[in-house]
Amino acid sequence: MKPSPERFFELWVFLSTSPLLWLTVTIGAFLAAQQIAAAAGRHPLVNPVLIAIVAIVVVLRVTETDYRTYFDGAQFVHFALGPATVALAVSLFRNRALVAHDAAPIAAALVVGAIVACVSVVLIARALALPPEIVTALAPKSVTVSIALGIAGQIGADPGLVAVFAIATGISGAILVTPVMNALGVKDFAARGFAVGLASHGIGTARAFQVDGVAGAFAGLAMALNAVVTALVAPTIIGWLAP
Amino acid sequence: MLKGLFILLLFQLVGEAISRGLGLPVPGPVIGVMLLFAALMLSARFKPMRKPDEGPLPVEQAADGLLSHLGLLFVPAGVGVAQSYYALQGHLLGVAVALIGSTAITLVATVAVFRLVARAIERRAAR
Repeated sequence: MKPSPERFFELWVFLSTSPLLWLTVTIGAFLAAQQIAAAAGRHPLVNPVLIAIVAIVVVLRVTETDYRTYFDGAQFVHFALGPATVALAVSLFRNRALVAHDAAPIAAALVVGAIVACVSVVLIARALALPPEIVTALAPKSVTVSIALGIAGQIGADPGLVAVFAIATGISGAILVTPVMNALGVKDFAARGFAVGLASHGIGTARAFQVDGVAGAFAGLAMALNAVVTALVAPTIIGWLAP
Repeated sequence: MLKGLFILLLFQLVGEAISRGLGLPVPGPVIGVMLLFAALMLSARFKPMRKPDEGPLPVEQAADGLLSHLGLLFVPAGVGVAQSYYALQGHLLGVAVALIGSTAITLVATVAVFRLVARAIERRAAR
């Protein structure tokens, strides 16, 4: 049969609604974004997660595909977040001697970092006179998305906004960490990794693994610990500081 | 690889069951991390002589595979988020200032405390 516009349209209707297309697009966009990041010498501004997200948003806009159709395919990638979190136990186990050696700095940085992450964003947001529902939704921003959504329920924040802020914080931290740490002259990859994992959860941890294995292990540890501490302190902080 | 993936899923499943079953504030995957770490410690204690030529454990292979592409796993959620910026109702600039400012402050505070405590301990050990 000869190709015709009608047949092409039929094919597109089939493909655009099948999970296969959007799963392939998700992985392809990320691989291409990684190539771009590698070509840029892993420059902090050229963040592969951000590039892949922007590219896919443009494709969805141009093809007028709604997010639900896209997610039918992309959910297979999204699902792997759970086992990937559990996989952090392996990098912790490999670096257990370093983690045990740094137990005191880890505990101190965890408590201070978790409180600063939550209090600073609420105070800045209030100083900028942002509406109360945005201020509340900003509080758990440094926690990984799935867990931030759980905290959203506790503090009565809008889950949609909480997810937006958590992802945006992850990308911000992944971009900021290298220039900030270089400016401070911190060469300890354990400390650098711990800071980025605490401030910007899994996306920061992905950046840490990109730079250094030890930094990745400490970032993963900080992300897991901060999830627990923020879940415990965020309701109290919101109770004190919310408008 | 398949065995390793099975182990990761099993620990996540057990973690979720404990978290939800007991109504704990700690999320399931975080409990899964703690349990898998404990299991790895136990297996190292009972099988201390792992020859280098044995290669990585199945669970290590699966973990390395997932963690080397950790960024990819955030892309689907990120796409959903990028489409809901209109929910910010014209507060985009204020939100950006609050998020980026707070993230920078958190990075500096966390790394500063970490290094100060680490240095204090090193100094005490050197004395």
